Amino acid sequence: MAMISMNKVSKYYGSFQVLADCTTQVAKGEVIVVCGPSGSGKSTLIKCVNGLEPFQSGEIIVNGVSVGDPRTKLSQLRSTVGMVFQNFELFPHMRIIENLSIAQIKVLGRSEGEARAKAASLLDRVGLSEQAEKYPGQLSGGQQQRVAIARALAMDPICMLFDEPTSALDPEMVNEVLDVMTELAKEGMTMMCVTHEMGFAKRVATRVIFMDQGRIVEDDSKDAFFEAARSQRAQQFLAKILHH
Amino acid sequence: MAYNWNWDVFLQPTATGDDTYLGWMFYGLKMTIALSLSAWVIALALGAVVGVLRTVPNKWLSGFAAAYVEVFRNIPLLVQLFLWYFVMPELLPVDWGNALKQTNPVLQQFLASMLCLALFTSARVAEQVRSGINSLPPGQKNAGLAMGFTLPQTYRFVLLPMAVRLIIPPLTSEFLNIFKNSAVCSTIGLLELAAQGRQLVDYTAQPYESFIAVTLAYLLINVVVMFGMRWVEAHVRVPGYIGGK
Repeated sequence: MAMISMNKVSKYYGSFQVLADCTTQVAKGEVIVVCGPSGSGKSTLIKCVNGLEPFQSGEIIVNGVSVGDPRTKLSQLRSTVGMVFQNFELFPHMRIIENLSIAQIKVLGRSEGEARAKAASLLDRVGLSEQAEKYPGQLSGGQQQRVAIARALAMDPICMLFDEPTSALDPEMVNEVLDVMTELAKEGMTMMCVTHEMGFAKRVATRVIFMDQGRIVEDDSKDAFFEAARSQRAQQFLAKILHH
Repeated sequence: MAYNWNWDVFLQPTATGDDTYLGWMFYGLKMTIALSLSAWVIALALGAVVGVLRTVPNKWLSGFAAAYVEVFRNIPLLVQLFLWYFVMPELLPVDWGNALKQTNPVLQQFLASMLCLALFTSARVAEQVRSGINSLPPGQKNAGLAMGFTLPQTYRFVLLPMAVRLIIPPLTSEFLNIFKNSAVCSTIGLLELAAQGRQLVDYTAQPYESFIAVTLAYLLINVVVMFGMRWVEAHVRVPGYIGGK
């Protein structure tokens, strides 16, 4: 059974259609890169997966739970789906260690000691043990984004969503974040990543989804996508993004 | 101008003989502080709730909160005070109204004044809480929800702690205002600071001394509040956050 399954998902802002009949499946352990021009609906699509954006028609099933069903307890579902944002969105008034432990305590009901131990080991894993007692504003962008990834992992998610995780970073900090993501992918984490990092896509992705104007235009293995994108729109996009 | 300055007037026994005029001033000062502080506590609590409700997705709740704010900040404070003091007891069930009218008149004045100041100020606090929440990056709410927090938890752990920090400066103004606004309550006979000042003028014919004393007393209160709030602001400052450090 697919970890994430979308069936004809459509979303409108008023009369403007943001997503049009998006259908795809993500199997356990797959790494999907979602790309496309800005305004094509990629961020909206992955925000639909954990119900941060409502959608008007279609169906999304995450690990057997329907996101759009009004009976679904979204907070419960979201605690199992990790999400990393473009602007990090750490909680600025909490120390790094507290950022990693608060939801473990308040949502998962772990003890303070257990949560902190988990947080410390994850900080170690992303190479930031030294920063545990600092506040987010005292860290660089790259460090903050690694903390954000560790914060999501602290909940032991069944899959991870990345919404342009490197777009707000200085170029020199992009790689430290991509390295953490690459390692995560190698360990078998199911991931959906909205990103323009085509190098990452080539190295790590199992499949690439290309979106344009709210539609999934291409949904193919990465080799097929990079070597022989079928649609003209994707070819144009690749030409622009790869040749400068 | 022939004016006989007489600062000793404060030490003289009052016309009623049971106190000095300085004692009257202290009574007024205590009344002003008790009234303003109790109203402030209620205003903060109500204002926080209403301000949060203004930002929630539920249309009924945010609509109710918007109506609340408009009612209490658009009716002049003096009119609200008269409504609470003169009209409200008539609107209560007859038994309650009569029971209220038989209680200690000072208590009646105090309760009406406290309610009036608290609700008036809560509408203004609510607007500040709302603007504080709305000034946070929109991603913060999503980040809280994405962690699995419920909406109330997201407010409690993510949005409000930062929003409250951001609105400390305007809240300080509101806190200062409530002391100044409390002077309006002298109009229903509550013997707070401003009323005592006027009474002193009537009894001693020393208006300059009386009003200078009243002015200094208000000034003193507000300096204490200002420094207190400044301490709070420094105390909750987030290291590394914009405007922090």
